[in-house]
Amino acid sequence: MKIAITSVGQDLESKIDARFGRAKWFIVIDTETNQHQVISNEHNLNISQGAGIQTAENISRHNVEAVITGNCGPKAFTTLNSAGIKVYSAVDGTVAEVLEKFKNGKLKQAGGANVEGHWA
Amino acid sequence: MKQKLTIAVASGKGGTGKTTVSASLACAAADTGHKTAYMDCDVEEPNGHLFLKPTINYRHMVGIPVPVVDQDKCTACGLCGEICQFSAIVCVNKNVLTFDKMCHGCGGCSLVCPTEAITEHSRNFGVVETGDCGNNLKFCHGKLDVGEIHSPPLIEAVRETAQGEDLSIVDASPGTSCPVVAAIKGVDYVLLVTEPTPFGVNDLEIAVDMVKELGIPHGVVINRSVPEHTLARDFCRDNNIKILVEIPDDRRVAEAYSKGELPYKGVEGYRELFKELIDTIIEEAGR
Repeated sequence: MKIAITSVGQDLESKIDARFGRAKWFIVIDTETNQHQVISNEHNLNISQGAGIQTAENISRHNVEAVITGNCGPKAFTTLNSAGIKVYSAVDGTVAEVLEKFKNGKLKQAGGANVEGHWA
Repeated sequence: MKQKLTIAVASGKGGTGKTTVSASLACAAADTGHKTAYMDCDVEEPNGHLFLKPTINYRHMVGIPVPVVDQDKCTACGLCGEICQFSAIVCVNKNVLTFDKMCHGCGGCSLVCPTEAITEHSRNFGVVETGDCGNNLKFCHGKLDVGEIHSPPLIEAVRETAQGEDLSIVDASPGTSCPVVAAIKGVDYVLLVTEPTPFGVNDLEIAVDMVKELGIPHGVVINRSVPEHTLARDFCRDNNIKILVEIPDDRRVAEAYSKGELPYKGVEGYRELFKELIDTIIEEAGR
């Protein structure tokens, strides 16, 4: 299955980006083959509002089944949920470490947002 | 005075005395025989009513149009999400989601929808109240609901309630962002209230840039003025901006304010100051 991990850099040794909507990069990984692809989310860094919603939409275009990130707010969660993407939030470490934990079933799926929304 | 005039009272920095000045000006204008409306456009924290103590006699809710999607007609083409600049509507996985509070009510999504699946429904986000302060003075203010983030449509609703008075005094919110622009756009004159501190003058400079950009005639009131603090005076001189009056730093004004009284009514000497100020503004705005 394909999953997306928010990342501060463009390789597997980068730290996971704690912010979902304003993460600079996403590493999309095929958990069977370990092949990965780097997706830029840069155009959402400076938008005035709705970064979580736009980022969720961006991610949904890459046919991933799960997203792993630090913090995910209510509107981002609703959008990901509607796109049928599972959310694993409140996660820390490097992309490689997080991927390993995910494969070993050590991450817990989030049932909702783990932080409050901005603005509204 | 030949024509009707709308005068806005604005400032870059908060707490410089916009409400004290605008409410006092409104009283001075009414007392000198002008049919006057005081319009509090600081809809996030309106406080003019504390000083003018109006009798409110009319109240109406204000809403903006937000999209409602008929899922049966929707083909999930995604055009609505593409046109929306505010992420208020988004199409994912053949579902269209709407986020009402993000919506600015532009109607773009319903216009681009090829199957007419989107209709607009009004969502209330604030209230406009109008009333009377006696004599020639009408009162109007907007109150944004708690938790709302877009005030400009409510500010526009307050501005639209002007009922043909000779003089309208608009009390704007502090700063230079969208709410202030909504409050002062199209007025005849902007009075910028500042204090002579470095903070006051820094923000005055930004406010001057804003009114110049909007092309509105303007002048400055230096509030809490102290003779030896020349920053605001120097700035106005260097930039050819007229100082209409300097209101002295006066403990009696602060004491009156703490009791909900305007200096115009409660402190000796200020009635004349504000009556002169309104005459000066009318003269300046008529140029």
